[in-house]
Amino acid sequence: MSKILEIKDLTIHYVTDDEVVKAVNDISITLEEGESLGLVGETGAGKTTTAMGILGLVPNPPGKIIGGEVIYKGKNLLKLSEAEMRKIRGHEISMIFQDPMTALNPVLTVGDQIMEVIRLHQKVSKAEAMKRAMDMMEMVGIEGGRCNEYPHQFSGGMKQRIVIAIALACNPSLLIADEPTTALDVTIQAQVLDLIDNLKKKFNTSLLLITHDLGVVAEVCDKVAIVYAGRIVEYGNLESIYNNPKHPYTNGLFGSIPDFSKKAHRLNPIRGLMPDPSNLPEGCAFAERCPNATDECRKRQPPVVEVEPGHSVRCLMFEKEGR
Amino acid sequence: MIKYIGKRILMLVPVLLGVVLLVFSMMYFSPGNAEDYILGDMATEEDKEAFREEHGLNEPFVIQYINYVKDALRGDLGISYTTKQPVAEEIFKRFPTTFKLALLSTLWSIVIGITIGIISAVRQYSILDNVTRLIAMLGVSIPTFWEGLMLIILFSVQLALLPASGFTTWKHWILPSFTIGTHSAATVMRMMRSSMLEAIRQDYITTAKSKGQTNFVVVTKHALRNAIIPVMTLVGVNFGKLLGGSAITEIVFSIPGLGNLIIDGIKVKNAPLVQGGILVIALAMALCNLLIDVLYAYVDPRIRSQYVKPKVKLAQKSATTEEEK
Repeated sequence: MSKILEIKDLTIHYVTDDEVVKAVNDISITLEEGESLGLVGETGAGKTTTAMGILGLVPNPPGKIIGGEVIYKGKNLLKLSEAEMRKIRGHEISMIFQDPMTALNPVLTVGDQIMEVIRLHQKVSKAEAMKRAMDMMEMVGIEGGRCNEYPHQFSGGMKQRIVIAIALACNPSLLIADEPTTALDVTIQAQVLDLIDNLKKKFNTSLLLITHDLGVVAEVCDKVAIVYAGRIVEYGNLESIYNNPKHPYTNGLFGSIPDFSKKAHRLNPIRGLMPDPSNLPEGCAFAERCPNATDECRKRQPPVVEVEPGHSVRCLMFEKEGR
Repeated sequence: MIKYIGKRILMLVPVLLGVVLLVFSMMYFSPGNAEDYILGDMATEEDKEAFREEHGLNEPFVIQYINYVKDALRGDLGISYTTKQPVAEEIFKRFPTTFKLALLSTLWSIVIGITIGIISAVRQYSILDNVTRLIAMLGVSIPTFWEGLMLIILFSVQLALLPASGFTTWKHWILPSFTIGTHSAATVMRMMRSSMLEAIRQDYITTAKSKGQTNFVVVTKHALRNAIIPVMTLVGVNFGKLLGGSAITEIVFSIPGLGNLIIDGIKVKNAPLVQGGILVIALAMALCNLLIDVLYAYVDPRIRSQYVKPKVKLAQKSATTEEEK
């Protein structure tokens, strides 16, 4: 397997007149061909901004990519021109968006919207593109004949399938799915996840799955990166993270999942809130909520420590154990 | 859709009756007598009495109103007191001029307003955005008569390029339509800008960009159709207003339009002319609104689906192509 995507120390800030929002700080991840990586974190942790950073779609202003590299198949995407990026978007890297209700243009037919991406990247006639669009619709389980209908004529789950059809229409090598199931109810969630999983296997697509649902990650992903306040705090294989979570935040996340075998009256949340990304503390961002925090944690940014091969943690507790 | 349009046209009837009642009462109860203005100071009491009798002005209010509506339903809007010509004829002689002026002015406002509005939304806070904001503010606050006079001074007096008055050749059309057009372009521009700003922040714009679409197409194909609806309302209402004649500009450029005609009528309490003129304006306004509503349905399929039952017609894979526009 070869590396398809390697992000090195990606830093993205939103700069406004009053403040600098540090949305993404030194994020580094690697994705092999055909592999799935789950980017897990709570709302506002910088997951979507990372995805937008990969596609070069961070709204500018106010968004600014401060530093780092996004290496896709050996090319640094951040150095490419807008025209070169356009050839990659939708063709090699495509994205499934969080909210299917708003991700489709309400005034264009779904067929037009699927066809658009095909016609942009493949030299085919309009008729041929329409035929392929209908094939795509059928692949995601919607009658191809409905291509002349508008988004408002479809249900939420079907809209999400259309979004998936758009994303997969040009057989991308990398698919970024930004909370693809958050807006859907549980039965549809399972269908959509199965669909993504099947299509991924069929086309050997790599997947970057952004979610806050650890259950979804366990079902789909090979690797997991836990993001907190724009930093990856723990990174490793699915097994090593789920069986042997190290970082106090990861433990907190697992601890907050209700255990149905026990009768609990209260859930067990992580106390406190994520720090304001425009005012991040000097030391570890999680120190305020961490049960094991020491004074040192508040003073100094913890380094990345590899606790076992391929499993790294950003926490001072493991600094001595690491190599 | 046709059923809906038919319904809307039927709804015009009570509206127009109401307009007639309002204008009729206003003309009836306002002080001053038509015969005094029309016949002048030298007229005798007998002359005045004869005039009143001839035009049915001695009848009670209700009878006069009913007579007017009866005639109007037959297309007879009465005889103008001053010219002794049928009012309908007078109005429709002037209407083409007013229509031309309204159309040209609206074209100016669309071309200027929409293009600059889009550019300043896409390049928000750029120099161009700030400059056009200033120009728009000037455009709204400068009275049209002043702008008209300034344009006359510049283009007719100083540069001697365009005629200052009249409305016969295309050269005559430029200055007055530009005067009115820039005035409404200012509001169109601001409306387009804010509506566009909202549209380009939507998720489907990000989707379109993530497909690798160019910014130009994203704006013109994806954002514009969503952003245009409030602008259409504004342009439509403006156009309707202009069909009623833009009295001030018509006076500045001595254009024989509807506005001019009605003002002349009001001056001498020429009731049939004023009533007829306002009736035509109300009708034009109502038809404009109807046209805009129909256009909404054309632009936005969600609105269309409220009027038209979606046809359950599934496209055939082989024969799809003809269906596409």
